[in-house]
Amino acid sequence: MSPKIKDTLFRIFAIFCTTLGLATLLILLVDITIKGITRVNWSFFTNLPSRLPEQSGIYTALAGMVSLLLFTLLIALPIGILSGIYLEEYGKKNRLANFIEINISNLAGVPSVIYGILGLELFVRLAGLGNSILAGALTLSLLIMPILIVSTREAIKAVPNSLREAAFGMGATKWQTTSRVVLPAAFGGILTGIILSTSRALGETAPLIVVGALAYVPFIPEGPMDQYTTLPIQIFNWTSRPQQGFVINAAAGIIVLLLFTFILNGIAIYLRNRWYKKTAI
Amino acid sequence: MIYKKPDMSRYNFVLLGMILLFSSCFKEYKGKINIDGSSSVYPITEAVAEEFRKIDPDIRVTVGVSGTGGGFKKFLRGETDISNASRPISAKELEASRAAGIEFIEIPVCYDGMAVVVSPKNDFVDYVTVAELKKMWSPESQGKIKTWKQVRDSWPDVPLNLYGAGTSSGTYDYFTEAINGKAKASRGDYTASEDDNVLVQGVSSDRGSLGYFGLAYYTENKSKLKLIPVKLTEESEAIFPTEITVQNGSYQPLSRPEFIYVNLKSAQLPHIQKFVKFYMENAAKLALEVGYVPLPVEAYRLSYERFTKGHTGSVFENKSVVGANLLQLLSTHQ
Amino acid sequence: MASKKFKSEKLIEWTMLLCSMVSVLTTIGIILVLSIDSIKFFEEVSFVDFLTDKQWTPLFEDKHFGIMSLLSGTLLTTTIAIIVAVPVGLSIAVFLNEYASKRFTSIVKPLLEVLAAVPTVVYGFFALQFVTPMLQKVIPSLAGFNALSPGLVMGIMIIPYITSLSEDALRAVPNSLREASYGLGANRFQTAFKVMVPAANSGIVVSIILAVSRALGETMIVAIAAGQQPKLTFNPLESVETITTYIVQVSMGDVPQDSMEYRTIFAAGMTLFVFTFILNNLSFWIRKKYQQRYE
Repeated sequence: MSPKIKDTLFRIFAIFCTTLGLATLLILLVDITIKGITRVNWSFFTNLPSRLPEQSGIYTALAGMVSLLLFTLLIALPIGILSGIYLEEYGKKNRLANFIEINISNLAGVPSVIYGILGLELFVRLAGLGNSILAGALTLSLLIMPILIVSTREAIKAVPNSLREAAFGMGATKWQTTSRVVLPAAFGGILTGIILSTSRALGETAPLIVVGALAYVPFIPEGPMDQYTTLPIQIFNWTSRPQQGFVINAAAGIIVLLLFTFILNGIAIYLRNRWYKKTAI
Repeated sequence: MIYKKPDMSRYNFVLLGMILLFSSCFKEYKGKINIDGSSSVYPITEAVAEEFRKIDPDIRVTVGVSGTGGGFKKFLRGETDISNASRPISAKELEASRAAGIEFIEIPVCYDGMAVVVSPKNDFVDYVTVAELKKMWSPESQGKIKTWKQVRDSWPDVPLNLYGAGTSSGTYDYFTEAINGKAKASRGDYTASEDDNVLVQGVSSDRGSLGYFGLAYYTENKSKLKLIPVKLTEESEAIFPTEITVQNGSYQPLSRPEFIYVNLKSAQLPHIQKFVKFYMENAAKLALEVGYVPLPVEAYRLSYERFTKGHTGSVFENKSVVGANLLQLLSTHQ
Repeated sequence: MASKKFKSEKLIEWTMLLCSMVSVLTTIGIILVLSIDSIKFFEEVSFVDFLTDKQWTPLFEDKHFGIMSLLSGTLLTTTIAIIVAVPVGLSIAVFLNEYASKRFTSIVKPLLEVLAAVPTVVYGFFALQFVTPMLQKVIPSLAGFNALSPGLVMGIMIIPYITSLSEDALRAVPNSLREASYGLGANRFQTAFKVMVPAANSGIVVSIILAVSRALGETMIVAIAAGQQPKLTFNPLESVETITTYIVQVSMGDVPQDSMEYRTIFAAGMTLFVFTFILNNLSFWIRKKYQQRYE
């Protein structure tokens, strides 16, 4: 097979693959929108959960989810990124480091429910946080940390050594080099990690239920020690109810959840695009 | 290099935000009620909490869905006030409650009738007896009983496809005990799902299907399913599950009670007492709204009496819940 | 003054070291949580039975504890997912990096990342209610619950893990290599696969490892669409149960929590953990052998 044919064939295959991915996304979105768009109105956003589908809303679920996400990112981002930096930039390349790397990748494969059980024993009971947003946020942070660390490490690894050496050559200390040269250069990859891990955190149901997230919560959380519910849990609950109206509610809830995720992702992607332009790669 | 001074106004804003975030850790409420447990009992407890909030919004009621097992675990550690349960407390859990010094009051709140359904395309089934159900579902039938004809000779030679509750649910435990005589005794080659909506879909399209799930799921999907009456014995009448037959006990053995368990210490608190009173007064009406069947009025009265008098313990200790006469059990333990 | 800078440097380094310890502590925590109840479990069930019994029926009256049925369900669905995700994801990454315009990439890459953002519950129902019926038209013998449908959907879900991380890795390869290749007369295909991909292969392999781990641990999609009938089979058209489905089923169900039945989830979880660990070790060893670092 001549190189030219391989080239063309691959091009066709790749476009097919891209279309496959995007088409699936489109079908999903259209399907959900058709099912749920009728319920997405103002009352849906301001109502509390109810036994009557038409009166059931996501007010407290949305508030709970936002609070939870905020605390999760506040905890996970610094720890995850700093870990990634340390392991890649500062760590000695010995067998222990290798072991840690394999370990972190392994953690990404632990079922989310197990993180829930860990969180239950550690944060809810041992640390006495009860079924608070803080306990949930800590649990979710552990869950998404491997993705963050791996992406950060890969992003940093990809920064050419010449940049580092140039900085050292100018007399910069290790931290100055890292924070002012390496990190900005790795920013895009780190953002990818943030995008992937936030998306993961937003969709989780089972570990949060185990750790104490509730289904009926008639108030919006005012602090990290409050009880809470989240949108995925509401959706999950609604899909198992017999009344037909709840199917529409579930679809409407999914629309809102997806919209929310798109907005978050959108912000991160905008930042990443600006970074791509700046580094002109 | 020009050193840029950090933007202090932005930092101040962030600081203010953090103070606000953490400030209201200390809000006061008249009372909090923590409820957790079965996702089957959840709809009725949610309905009660929803209505209760209209008469007393200062009492903060929250409800979780950790499952009966998870709910009991938390309840027996004193982490919740009330536990939703789709089965009575088990022997091991009773042991744990004694070890932990947690006393409780057991309150049945409604019946969940189990409907036996087939596809609307099924034109040959008129009724089914408990013995026939046993033939279909018993462990010995695994791999052997594969057609309708094998169960009853007058039925056609159509493949028998079974749909039922997932093995970690209270529905499964109850059905197997009621039909096969022992909890968890069941053949394994059937389509199992915790989500009854999935079972509805499966049964609906398949001519040879037979499934069981909560009555509410039949009621909401009447056009997609055919309800089959059940005969307790060959001589008895074929009874359809309805609000009336489930409530008066004529639809046997497939009516199971659902419970709440109240922590005795919590039961001393006025806001809990108010809530439980409200629950007992409104359970009948709300059970119907969410697809369950109310208990007889007398049962609610007896249960509330047990609550006010502080009668602890389970009436189902060493007893099976299948075919149990609630009124009898509740009154003999006064 | 030099010592002041040095002290703050050391402080920062120590802080970062502590952060890294979090992941180590997490692993220890998970191992502890899994072991404590697994040990209790193995006091009642023999280890040999656990590994060799062909049935997994702890919630039935006739109890069997053969983990292989659950493990085969996990492996089956994961393998299908990877067969889909790796070629597709990698091809897209190469295409975006080598063939497509910057504009195209800046639109398509984020759109594909949205695939990772869809809640897994949604994917689960999508697999059950859309993909399975669609496949049944082509494959009539396909059961309502099967391994193929969730496997395919999982594959689509993890495409962005492979695409985005691989594309980042490809992007980081110095342009000089690309230009050298073109300068020698290679076409895009040859440049992409003989120069760029090998140069970025460390990042690409890591993305694949991450994707595999993610697929192994995926819960909701398989819980909803693969079924709850543990079966020792490699036929994707049949209903299977994965380790993750079983764990979620029991931990959120009505099973009493201090029982042997409940403890089975820890033994199952431990098995998955050990398995993933072995897999990861293998992958890293392979990667180490073929790692290339360019300047």
